[in-house]
Amino acid sequence: MKILGHKPTGTAWIGLGIIAFNLFIAIFGPLFAPFSQSETVGATWDPSSAQMWLGADQIGRDMLTRLIYGARMTIGVALATTFISFFIGITLGFTAAVLGGWVDTLISRLVDVILSIPLLILALIILGVFGSSIPVLILTIAVLDSTRVFRLARALGMNLTVLEYVEAARLRGEGTWWIIRREILPNASAPLVSEFGLRFCFNFLFIAALSFLGLGIQPPFADWGGMVRENSAAINFGMLAPIWPALAITILTVGVNLVVDWLLSIEARPSGAQAEL
Amino acid sequence: MTDNKKIILQIKGLRLEAVRGGAVIVDNVDVALHAGEVLGLIGESGAGKSTIGLSAMAYARAGVHIAGGSVEIDGVDIRKLDANGRRAVRGRRIAYVAQSASAAFNPSHTIMDQVCEAPMIHGLMSRAEAETWARHLFKSLDLPEPDTFGERYPHQASGGQLQRAMAAMAMSCRPDILVLDEPTTALDVTTQIEVLILLKSLIREYKTAALYITHDLAVVAQVADRIKVLRHGKEVEEGTVDGVLQAPTQEYSARLVAVRGAAASERAVQSSVKPDTILNVEHIDASYGTFKVVTDVSLDVRKGETVAVVGESGSGKSTLARIITGLLPPTAGSITFKGQPLPKSLAERSKDLKRTIQLVYQIPDVALNPRQTLHETIGRPVSFYFGLGVADVSKRTKELLDLVELPQAFLTRRPTELSGGQKQRVCIARALAANPDLIILDEPTSALDPLVAEEILKLLRRLQSELGLSYVLITHDLDVVHRIAHRTAVMLKGSFVAFDDTARIFEGPYHPYTEKLVTAVPVMRSDWLDGVLAKRAAAIAA
Repeated sequence: MKILGHKPTGTAWIGLGIIAFNLFIAIFGPLFAPFSQSETVGATWDPSSAQMWLGADQIGRDMLTRLIYGARMTIGVALATTFISFFIGITLGFTAAVLGGWVDTLISRLVDVILSIPLLILALIILGVFGSSIPVLILTIAVLDSTRVFRLARALGMNLTVLEYVEAARLRGEGTWWIIRREILPNASAPLVSEFGLRFCFNFLFIAALSFLGLGIQPPFADWGGMVRENSAAINFGMLAPIWPALAITILTVGVNLVVDWLLSIEARPSGAQAEL
Repeated sequence: MTDNKKIILQIKGLRLEAVRGGAVIVDNVDVALHAGEVLGLIGESGAGKSTIGLSAMAYARAGVHIAGGSVEIDGVDIRKLDANGRRAVRGRRIAYVAQSASAAFNPSHTIMDQVCEAPMIHGLMSRAEAETWARHLFKSLDLPEPDTFGERYPHQASGGQLQRAMAAMAMSCRPDILVLDEPTTALDVTTQIEVLILLKSLIREYKTAALYITHDLAVVAQVADRIKVLRHGKEVEEGTVDGVLQAPTQEYSARLVAVRGAAASERAVQSSVKPDTILNVEHIDASYGTFKVVTDVSLDVRKGETVAVVGESGSGKSTLARIITGLLPPTAGSITFKGQPLPKSLAERSKDLKRTIQLVYQIPDVALNPRQTLHETIGRPVSFYFGLGVADVSKRTKELLDLVELPQAFLTRRPTELSGGQKQRVCIARALAANPDLIILDEPTSALDPLVAEEILKLLRRLQSELGLSYVLITHDLDVVHRIAHRTAVMLKGSFVAFDDTARIFEGPYHPYTEKLVTAVPVMRSDWLDGVLAKRAAAIAA
């Protein structure tokens, strides 16, 4: 079986499996979750049992149910964020590369200003001022993250915009938007797709970090980062509660990275070296 | 004459296959090279000649592996040696000169470091001895300031100098065999002849045997004793230089010879030129930043006419193309197109003006968007300029494919599924799609093999006579000029030194630079280079 015209490696298959499983849970999970996400069904940090496979959380809600609902929230928010971030970053990056001149200078310096401030601190300030609703959260992280995407897109665009087929389109009199969409984007898609995987991971961890600090997704919605924070005190009593959401974060991150590694290795096929006999 | 000498390199039954899919790259090729002899390997791209050259060192490029055969150097099969054994042979017994010296040098080491590396690694010389020997080689290769040349970094030397430095690097261990992989192909004609002379004398002086790989029969005729013609990884024929050039036994070699021969016989270009001037460039100056590249150039093109601009790289001929297309606005002078003044920059030109002047690029691989099908590539100018509906665009696209002699089934293909010549045809079709009056051809055949280039030239001529197109042809290849240009301008350092009917330009009396250009083009006779040398010696003596 081929994906994107290439055969995945063994580890890539594992990564694809993990991603597919997580997406399935995120989309259909609530249909078969044993309880509802805000329902108290046991005592604080109840251990695993036949009814509650992973035990209960700090106020007696079912951990497995919270994890399933958390998948939807965490992955959904991270995906939305990454899509918006890529839309902004690619549009601005390619525009800067194609138009050059003062447009490029203006956008690039603005991005430099944002990049010069630590992202987490900037995000904390914005969320502190506007309050942490889900749309504000998504937009804030997307805008901040798009500065990274902008850097990559601009570099890719710079390399492509000097090629003769782009020049031919310019000579024909094509507009900037057409050149970006039809001449540059299709030829930059491979590195952008793998970058998408990486940025998705970063965003997902970033949201987890914000939730852990209490400025991410707010209760009663379940999300994995928030669940680690809420249950962190259980560590003091040697209980497993915070391990489950942390494990979910770890597994998804590893899965996405396995796929990204494979995508990057496709692009970086050796052209020289290793040629003995 | 070489039969009594011992065979230094013997390749038998060589077979190379692609690692994936197992496609056969080289099929059952034998090579026997005698000590001190030069064997020319000739063929089009994809013929497997470079692959054979590398196999002589038991080396294969990534993605290819040697599947069978033996490679004996002085009686030892180096394919049977282990990695250390092969390393001891490479550089010391057999050395390689790559096609593009500028890409083969490490930019962060001095040339001397790189030339001395091999003899020191092989333990043949101390650093001091290696340096002395390198200076001697620099001197015999006529490099500037041989005593200090080695202190330069690769970017401080020109392409021709690097190619010679590379030869010095190959000779640093005094190998028995040199593999020369298109050593002059990337150079200008006037530089090529110098490098050729020096390589030849170097090989003679040290009695080194050589495999000389090239696609240019006229070049190989100057240096080789014997020629082996290859096609699709198989041997077509082998013989002495004069034998192959004068009486090729195989049809394919005969065609290769004929292509070069045709140039000389086919000077007359049928004229269907109309008297009305379509493009008039007057006293143009242009510069990149503060660096002036074009000075006071005037050029006129008539309807149905081909005007060639020839010169070496860096002479400003491609800049002239950029000026006419509007990519580089000139700093002085004026351009008139069809009687109307032509705005200098592209942004000021109307859509219709952009349509009437089209450009065909030198390297078709980068001139076509690899992610677009031919239907999109050729159809876009049709819908963009003429606003036709989907059905009409498809119909016109098919007509255009017919016009450039490509099958209509190619519409759904992407450029990666085409050969070089087919890609160039697509580029021409894309230009024709705009119904232009003037097409600027920027080295349209220089990236193509001779037989393919020949077909493209024929196509261009046919299109001109059918559609009444005017061409401005930018080229360094005088062969091409002879064959399709009505008038020719010779460009040197940003100015025209001559501009006249093509026949008159080449009849003489020449401008000294034109003469240099004309006499530097190798002629397909094995004694041509010796003749040039004799003439030079006579001139110096006088």
